[in-house]
Amino acid sequence: MNVTIVDYKSGNISSVINSFKEVAKDKVNIKVTSDLNKIKSSDKVVLPGQGSFKSCVDALNKIKGLTDTLNEFAITNKKPLLGICVGLQMFADIGYEETETKGLGWISGKVSKIDNQNGKFKLPHIGWNQINIVKGSKIFKDIENNSHMYFVHSYEFVPNDKKVISATTDYSSNIVCSVEKENIFGTQFHPEKSDRIGLKIIDNFINL
Amino acid sequence: MLKNRIIPCLDVKNGRVVKGINFVDLKDAGDPVEQAKIYSDGGADEICFLDITASNENRDTIYDVVEKTSKKCFVPLTVGGGVRSVEDINKLLNCGADKVSINTAAVENPKVVAESSKKFGSQCIVVAIDAKKNGDKWEVFTHGGRNNSGIDALEYAEQMEKNGAGELLVTSMDRDGTQVGYDIDLMSKISSKVNIPVIASGGVGNLDHLVDGIKLGKASAVLAASIFHYGKHSVKEAKDYLDSKGIPVRI
Repeated sequence: MNVTIVDYKSGNISSVINSFKEVAKDKVNIKVTSDLNKIKSSDKVVLPGQGSFKSCVDALNKIKGLTDTLNEFAITNKKPLLGICVGLQMFADIGYEETETKGLGWISGKVSKIDNQNGKFKLPHIGWNQINIVKGSKIFKDIENNSHMYFVHSYEFVPNDKKVISATTDYSSNIVCSVEKENIFGTQFHPEKSDRIGLKIIDNFINL
Repeated sequence: MLKNRIIPCLDVKNGRVVKGINFVDLKDAGDPVEQAKIYSDGGADEICFLDITASNENRDTIYDVVEKTSKKCFVPLTVGGGVRSVEDINKLLNCGADKVSINTAAVENPKVVAESSKKFGSQCIVVAIDAKKNGDKWEVFTHGGRNNSGIDALEYAEQMEKNGAGELLVTSMDRDGTQVGYDIDLMSKISSKVNIPVIASGGVGNLDHLVDGIKLGKASAVLAASIFHYGKHSVKEAKDYLDSKGIPVRI
């Protein structure tokens, strides 16, 4: 099996690569590429993302044909895709970081700044927070409710259809921290930095 | 609920861990990769490497250490010390660091903070402030505590937030290595001044100091070196103690 981590120059993906390789060992082939044909032929795709919503969308659009290839992979062919952090946020129709930017539009909704209640809550939301699993998701197999995950973000994904939400976390309000819509999975937290429990989520995705 | 973080810090010189006392007196304390792994297995919320090889000799040793550590530790890794440019930051991130802390370069050229947070995201840019009390204010020091910039630490903290820093790592130079506790006054003043998380550093001698850093210093995270290094306390003991004092931690 081939799992491809999309390298579209969206910032630092070393930790994502290291964690997937650690979990995959020799059983699964982990590729890191922006080559469209390699993405098309893989069994699963990981879409990381760091920095701002706008910078990630811009970086994605800079690689000719990448958005179309990802659309074909996830929407037409319905193959499993995992978005991490801004990778998840880009599923939305629109994001408001820096300036209004169009997302991939895979899961209807918007990405807006976390309401910090006039400075009562520090931003970015950095550190370990517990997740509240609201529906069984395939990537949460053997993951206990209230497990701690590592977060770093200032913006949150607000989907229109609440049924896609698989977990939330409590910071200022209930923030959506995981979604599942058919073959599309996303985590706002960083499984690659969430210790053994995070690696288990990666393992679940690889074994889908 | 967001948990307060405990961050063991390893001072690394020429690829080996040393312990710093007032930034001067150093003693070998082992292999950084092994120690980082022990800390992450023991429940450390993050690991911090401070490369005190600094700008002169053997700068490349830290890249090797970071690369090896990031393949074994799956909690966030922050690396600081001698980071001069956007290119240095890029290199450390490529080796597997999750965050980079910038000290001297942020004072000398604040553009480095603005540029790098724009390029890599503010989530990975930590500005380290070494502050020393002078009368009723604190001044920012650079070059591993050797040079006084004369800049007011509180104003500087605010400026760095504006420039795009994601976190501030605040070290009291008066307390560093003394084991008498954090400079609570400094921590709480900076923490109240900015909306980004503050990591308290410098002076931890016992577990109550960690409690004070969070409760009184209003820090989001507490960094400590020596109490963990020579087996005085494990990270788990520290977390259990904070938990017993009603401080939310990840256990």
